[in-house]
Amino acid sequence: MKRLLDPPALRALARGCAILGAGGGGDPRIGLLQALQATQDFGPAELVDIDELPADALIMPCGMIGAPTVHIEKIENGNEGGRLRDHLEALTGRKVAALMAAEIGGSNGLQPIAWAARIALPVVDADGMGRAFPLVPQVTMELAGIDVNPCVMTDERGNLIVFRAISGHWMERLARAAAVEFGAAAASTEYTMTAAQARGATVRGSVSLAIRIGEAVAGAGGNPIDALIAEIGAFRLVSGKISDVERRTTKGFVRGSVVVEGLGDDSGRLIRLELQNENLAALERGQVLASVPDLITVVDSETADAIATERVRYGQRVTVIAMPCDPIWRSALGLEAAGPRAFGYDFDYAPVEELTRVPA
Amino acid sequence: MSPLDHRMGIDVGGTNTDAVILDRDDQVVAKAKVACTPDITGGITAAIDAVLRAPGVDASRITHVMLGTTHATNAVLERRNLRKVAVIRIGGPATLGVRPMFEWPRDLAGAVSAGTTVVDGGIEFDGRDLAPFDGEAVARFLGSVGGNAFGIAITSVFAPVSPRHELLAAEIVKRELGEVHLSLSHEIGSVGLLERENATILNAALVGVARDVARALREALEAHAMAPATFFAQNDGTLMALDHALRYPVLTIGSGPANSIRGAAFLTGTVDALVADVGGTSTDIGVLVNGFPRESSQGVEIGGIRTNFRMPDLVTIALGGGTVLGGTPGDVRIGPQSVGFRLLDEALVFGGHTPTLTDSAVAIGRAVLGDPRRARPRRRLLESAAGRSDALLADAIDRVKTAKGDQPLIAVGGGSILVPDVMPGVSEVIRPGHFDAANAIGAAIASVSGQVDRIFHFGANGRKAALDEACDEAREHAVAAGADPASVEIVELEEIPLAYLTSPAVRIRAKAAGALQGVRQSDSSTYGGPQ
Repeated sequence: MKRLLDPPALRALARGCAILGAGGGGDPRIGLLQALQATQDFGPAELVDIDELPADALIMPCGMIGAPTVHIEKIENGNEGGRLRDHLEALTGRKVAALMAAEIGGSNGLQPIAWAARIALPVVDADGMGRAFPLVPQVTMELAGIDVNPCVMTDERGNLIVFRAISGHWMERLARAAAVEFGAAAASTEYTMTAAQARGATVRGSVSLAIRIGEAVAGAGGNPIDALIAEIGAFRLVSGKISDVERRTTKGFVRGSVVVEGLGDDSGRLIRLELQNENLAALERGQVLASVPDLITVVDSETADAIATERVRYGQRVTVIAMPCDPIWRSALGLEAAGPRAFGYDFDYAPVEELTRVPA
Repeated sequence: MSPLDHRMGIDVGGTNTDAVILDRDDQVVAKAKVACTPDITGGITAAIDAVLRAPGVDASRITHVMLGTTHATNAVLERRNLRKVAVIRIGGPATLGVRPMFEWPRDLAGAVSAGTTVVDGGIEFDGRDLAPFDGEAVARFLGSVGGNAFGIAITSVFAPVSPRHELLAAEIVKRELGEVHLSLSHEIGSVGLLERENATILNAALVGVARDVARALREALEAHAMAPATFFAQNDGTLMALDHALRYPVLTIGSGPANSIRGAAFLTGTVDALVADVGGTSTDIGVLVNGFPRESSQGVEIGGIRTNFRMPDLVTIALGGGTVLGGTPGDVRIGPQSVGFRLLDEALVFGGHTPTLTDSAVAIGRAVLGDPRRARPRRRLLESAAGRSDALLADAIDRVKTAKGDQPLIAVGGGSILVPDVMPGVSEVIRPGHFDAANAIGAAIASVSGQVDRIFHFGANGRKAALDEACDEAREHAVAAGADPASVEIVELEEIPLAYLTSPAVRIRAKAAGALQGVRQSDSSTYGGPQ
């Protein structure tokens, strides 16, 4: 399966990345524009399956770390990814064969493609989350025991730091602090691995899934929501309108809750969404309908475009969908890193397909 | 010094130009509605002529004239009369990943761009230099494009935190090119580099359009031997002195709907309500908050260009007096086509052959117009359409709300007979007199505002000092735009914390508004000037 990431594919990917962001990950638009410009200037990047790479081929997971507010103002130079690659090669003494998005959800799903097009490397059809999460170690590579090192971080000016962290959690602490000094936005790579390692340590097929989502929604004509649900095997939790939004920003995180009041067939239902940058749980009369690490996304009922947590507001006509996360997140380690209790909730995880018996 | 006496409000819409004259007690002395002409001049002249002919009007008593127009929007959509702009972005080595005007439609970029550059410099979110400002690069760029550019648009990374690199670049432009129009992004938009840059470029491109409108207005007034103080309506429904509007034409681009909302507030004495402005083709529903239109928190697109300056937050639906009906009584189709200004020829009740929503309103007895008997043969379709139209309107009204609970709805515009008296979520429907001239009346309301929307860092004096600074700046802007300093007060203050930033920084939006000064001296123009 060889596929060129041309502008139509990138536009579809951007819609898909927003939906896989589960409300977070930042607006993919700025990543899309960078990928479009790089594609125009250097030609399209190639999308490859991990199985197409030699077992010992080196894969560089990468993305931006920092504040989305800063990304939309201080846009990247474009050469950050190439510089990360150069230093990773110097550190390992090996050639990087392909880039990979550490996080498919939101803007980081497109950023590595802009870099890959510039340095003529392929992008692998996989990522480290299958969605968006806020922290560096909340990736499937951490669960699979891949070493977080070598970690490299750089900025648009050419400053560069190499970290030797004792754990993914330490890398999160060090990287977050360094990112502030860089101006609250920096490019980084962690969890470099071989293709053989990546086979069991990543969410496979997530780039092509995001593209299919975008294409299904754009090509659906009458009912993009149905097309979206069919494409990803999602569950429709409720269709209605936003009837209450309570949101606050503390310590750099958007927290709060949103109430969706059912309309039409769902008339009379009230669903509450708990959010912390991403949508973390959906509840109805005290019962959990879905929770992290499964994906919960609020989409516009007419267009099926994802609505990020910071853009949800009263009166919007929305449909809330939930989809199963990658099975690796449902392991004991996965739930410890990203289950409901990891986000401070006092209930245990149950898969969305068990909580929602009848698929939409 | 000529004290405020009578004043004239003019609103140039898509179909009609409205003019109204208010006396010192804000009573309507006269109003007129004329069809627009392809060139804006004709419509303005005709509307002024018509309203001055009305009985009881004394042109010599008109001391102030206020104009609202969507002309700038049309100029962008039609790529007409746009000026060539040299585009300077200060942000290298950052930001090269998306170059200036990358996403602009090719023809619009061709009509506007005299060249673009990205020079080193810009600001970090915390106020430090992103990189040293490269003034030499600015001078070199000006040397290469200067002769082709009528205006210069300058945008620095994080100019909403500090405009200092934009101001340095402005000095170099003045040194190299002398008097040339300058648009600086920190005076135009807020956080979001590409959207603010786009708005800044459009602003520079629209300077010629604004001057044409100003000239048309002046000539029409001179023909009646009038020389009043002149103002433009801006996006929040307040006024800008003419010389201010000539520098910031993009800030007038959303004035049409804003005028209607302000006019609705004025006509009813209400400061918090929903407002439905029903025209011939569409209905704009907005929200009046504390006497001003609620503004959109998201960027708006103009001619395919994303911008981020502040516009009234509206829900627009294709329902108007001229909206054409089709289908069957069991499956009625409503619009989006409209007979527009041909309503008086084509609607059934006026002897035409096209069923419209006006016919529906007549058929169900909501309006008395034309000859109701002519609507009878299509009665079932018209009744069915009225039910569907009411449901669409109710849905749109619910969408525009930001909180639960019933609110009053003010219905204005020529098509407001379509609005039923009882609607879900609406406590009462208010139908003011002069509802058909709410837009022009809104333009004539003598209120002037100034705004600030940028990022503040809490210094030694903490949050309070940052809020005070924002309020002071907003007041200064209001006075610069023509407000009487004694009457200026803060009407809106909002803090937006920045996600993922651990240092205490906050985006503060402040708006000050005050009464129009009796006579305005031209403020000391910081940038721009005659060409």
